[in-house]
Amino acid sequence: MKKILEVNDLSISFDTYNAEVKAVRGVTFHLNEKETLAIVGESGSGKSVTAQSIMQLIPMPPGKFVGGSIIFNGEDLTQKSEKQMENIRGKEISMIFQDPMTSLNPTMTIGKQIAESLIKHQNMSKKAAHQRGVELLKLVGIPNPDVRINQYPHQYSGGMRQRAMIAIALACNPKILIADEPTTALDVTIQAQILDLMRDLQQKTGTAIIMITHDLGVVANIAHRVAVMYGGKVVETGTVDEIFYNPRHPYTWGLLGSMPKLDQNKDEELQAIPGSPPDLANPPKGCPFVARCPYAMKVCKDHMPEYTKLSDTQKTACWLLDERAPKVDIPETAVVGGTKVHDSF
Amino acid sequence: MSQVQLRDSDFESIQIDQKETEKISGQSTSYWKDAWRRFRKNKLALAGVIIIILLAFMALFGESISGQNYRDNDLMNANKPPSSEHWFGTDNLGRDIFARTWYGAKISLFIGLMASLIDLVIGVIWGAVAGFFGGKIDEYMMRIADVLYSVPYLLVVILLMVIMPQGLWTLIIAMTITGWINMARIVRGQVMQLRSEEYVMAAKSLGASNARLLFKHLVPNTMGPIIVTLTLTIPSAIFTEAFLSYLGLGVPAPKASWGTMSSDALASFQYYPYQLFFPAFFICLTMLAFNIVGDGLRDALDPKERK
Amino acid sequence: MARYLLKKLGSIVVSLFIIITITFILMKIAPGGPFTSERKTSPAIEKQMMEAYGLNDPIHKQYIDYLIKAAKFDFGPSFKYDGQEVTDIIKRSLPYSLILGAEAILIALAFGVLLGVIAAIRHNKFADYTAMVIAVLGISVPSFIMATILQYIFAIKLQALPIARFESFAHTILPAIALATTPLAFIARLMRSSMLEVMSADYIKTAKSKGLSERVVTYRHALRNAMLPVVSYLGPLVVSVLTGSFVIEKIFGIPGLGNEFVVSVTNRDYTVIMGTTVFFSVLLLVSILVVDLIYGLIDPRIKVTSKEAGK
Repeated sequence: MKKILEVNDLSISFDTYNAEVKAVRGVTFHLNEKETLAIVGESGSGKSVTAQSIMQLIPMPPGKFVGGSIIFNGEDLTQKSEKQMENIRGKEISMIFQDPMTSLNPTMTIGKQIAESLIKHQNMSKKAAHQRGVELLKLVGIPNPDVRINQYPHQYSGGMRQRAMIAIALACNPKILIADEPTTALDVTIQAQILDLMRDLQQKTGTAIIMITHDLGVVANIAHRVAVMYGGKVVETGTVDEIFYNPRHPYTWGLLGSMPKLDQNKDEELQAIPGSPPDLANPPKGCPFVARCPYAMKVCKDHMPEYTKLSDTQKTACWLLDERAPKVDIPETAVVGGTKVHDSF
Repeated sequence: MSQVQLRDSDFESIQIDQKETEKISGQSTSYWKDAWRRFRKNKLALAGVIIIILLAFMALFGESISGQNYRDNDLMNANKPPSSEHWFGTDNLGRDIFARTWYGAKISLFIGLMASLIDLVIGVIWGAVAGFFGGKIDEYMMRIADVLYSVPYLLVVILLMVIMPQGLWTLIIAMTITGWINMARIVRGQVMQLRSEEYVMAAKSLGASNARLLFKHLVPNTMGPIIVTLTLTIPSAIFTEAFLSYLGLGVPAPKASWGTMSSDALASFQYYPYQLFFPAFFICLTMLAFNIVGDGLRDALDPKERK
Repeated sequence: MARYLLKKLGSIVVSLFIIITITFILMKIAPGGPFTSERKTSPAIEKQMMEAYGLNDPIHKQYIDYLIKAAKFDFGPSFKYDGQEVTDIIKRSLPYSLILGAEAILIALAFGVLLGVIAAIRHNKFADYTAMVIAVLGISVPSFIMATILQYIFAIKLQALPIARFESFAHTILPAIALATTPLAFIARLMRSSMLEVMSADYIKTAKSKGLSERVVTYRHALRNAMLPVVSYLGPLVVSVLTGSFVIEKIFGIPGLGNEFVVSVTNRDYTVIMGTTVFFSVLLLVSILVVDLIYGLIDPRIKVTSKEAGK
């Protein structure tokens, strides 16, 4: 499989009122063609910052690029000028955001908002862009597209707005679609529809997707590979099967343990991860998870573990994988039920 | 695997104290302390505070510093430019402008402060009652405020000045008769918003009484906007006083305010610009000082607004 | 939409009724009759005049007469100027005030918005600080002091513009600027904070992620949305220009409506005071209605709510 995007050792900081918050600290991952990569983590883990920095959408200041590279099509996006980025945004890489209620311009018709990028990137006439807009709305499953295209966002429901956002994002057939928690703000039934739509469209168009989420249900539904982020670092990556069936990082265990399962006994409690994420203005020297890790060792406090390669696709950064560490089994709570997570591909 | 030399003992498990990790990192400070810290960093606002203190000091004691007084006529020395004897010069009746400026400061600041304080009292009570009880009471109280508000403020004040005998308190009463509405609206809005907020609901569900709610939760939380509004009402009251003086509706002689002084100097300002300069300058300086302090307070007290 | 308009017009009529009633009461409790000032009139003549002006009728009859006449826009004769109807005074002086007011509003809007946008775009940079210093000065220097400063610099020192009166366009420049200063500063601050808020909105991120240039994002997406609070400020803007005209017209010797009002106040010319007050109120209420309609044009969300309200 061909890599379409490589993020190497990316670091991003934010200057805040009293300190420099190191939101992303040396993140490395890649995205293959036509696949869906899920970046999972709790709020503050740096996943959204990572996503937005691929588009170079981090406002600087207060944001600050500290180091690393983002290679797309053999070129480093971090070195591109604003003008050069304009020709990549919306055309090669596009993005949809968490809250469809606020991510559409309230004073502009949906049609105009779709047409904008078509006119900019494909030199379409207004009329042609309008025509294409109707097709796109149809493609994302909005009924009566020729009426809907002239309406304003407030006339759409939440789910329809997210569909419209997807139509805008896919207008110029981008190679990569970054979806930043696209279903978090939606009702559960609508969530499933939107995920189905994204999977369908991916099969039709072959767009690679980076799905930012904190919801393992979404991951199971749509992702091929997973990167688990914690405290501004990727702590474990692997295929979706590896992450669900052979997780090796205690944080991944915690995430899996806190996910409700259908076969779970009702009086069995969900396993919460105690404690709170590290303060990134003052990040720990060693493993970011040490303070909350039930298996923490002396070494974890002061030394960041290197990645251990567990397979061609799975890599985990944890001292437990060191030969000198005590052997620890995957805890009961992190074992996902008997059936395969999904069989759609 | 790693460049550092690790000993086996490094791989011993350790117990992490969960309480330790639950501690909130970073200094947690109280709302007022935090606000003060932010305000202190605002150099412009601090300068405003210093100007206000100086102006207040001069209003109290400045009148006689130069050894002159504000009401002695001396027609032989009329319209004299600033000199070592008359620091700010003399007016058309030969009165010392320096002494008059600080006497006027007393009147102008008194009117500004008094009008703002009366606005504060009426506005806070009206707004808090309307906001706290809501429903019909709120509807009627706010309908009254809306009707009063739909007539331009200065128009109302002028009409009232026409029918009342001229005087210091007439001015203050005229200015406050509809001036409190702004404060009432702000307080009501805050109270309404806070009333629906979760921590108040939580306190209520825990059985806190209305009075306790009002003073423990609502009052401290509405203090910020109230202080800001108060600070910004003072310059607008000083403006209104000067405005009315320009129309000949100010405090009657022999009393003088910055407004009446500038109004008197207007007729001959082509020949004696300094007579207009001093009172006009201090009107602007006072308004400027209160405005920047008000802005600074708003930034300090409302972290959400901070840009 | 028609229903919405009708409802608004209804509330305007109610407000006007209340304003007319209050001014009527105020003028009735005002000290001293209209003829008690300078001219010493004999009791006989005064009685005759009271009769002629209908001031001897019972109070409720006077009130109803006044209401009926006010509805026909007839405010009776001036007490001070023999043979002049209040309506004539308004007709004669209004054009001056309208021209001056329109100029001031245009200046305040154009430069206020411009200053605010520049400040927001250059946030926390030199241009931002400069614009905001200008704005806070504008708010702190009252229009009448601004007027004298302008007169002193441009008319007396530089001799570039006429100092007073109203004869040509050049005569209107200084008073219009003086009148515009305070609202201009308010609009600049309003526009800046609104623009900053909009610039951090999610849909601005969406627009950027489409690959639109900074300029297109700012002007096509941000500006229109950021203008909404400024549109709501148009009501207070009209008020500010109107009340500002009281002093500005006096300082510049312009025979406008504001000046007439001030003269009538110093003369205790009650019919003129009442007439102009009612006229000002009509002007304001209508302009607030117009602002509402403009708002509906700019913000598509408003139309729906008004339709729903009309159901």
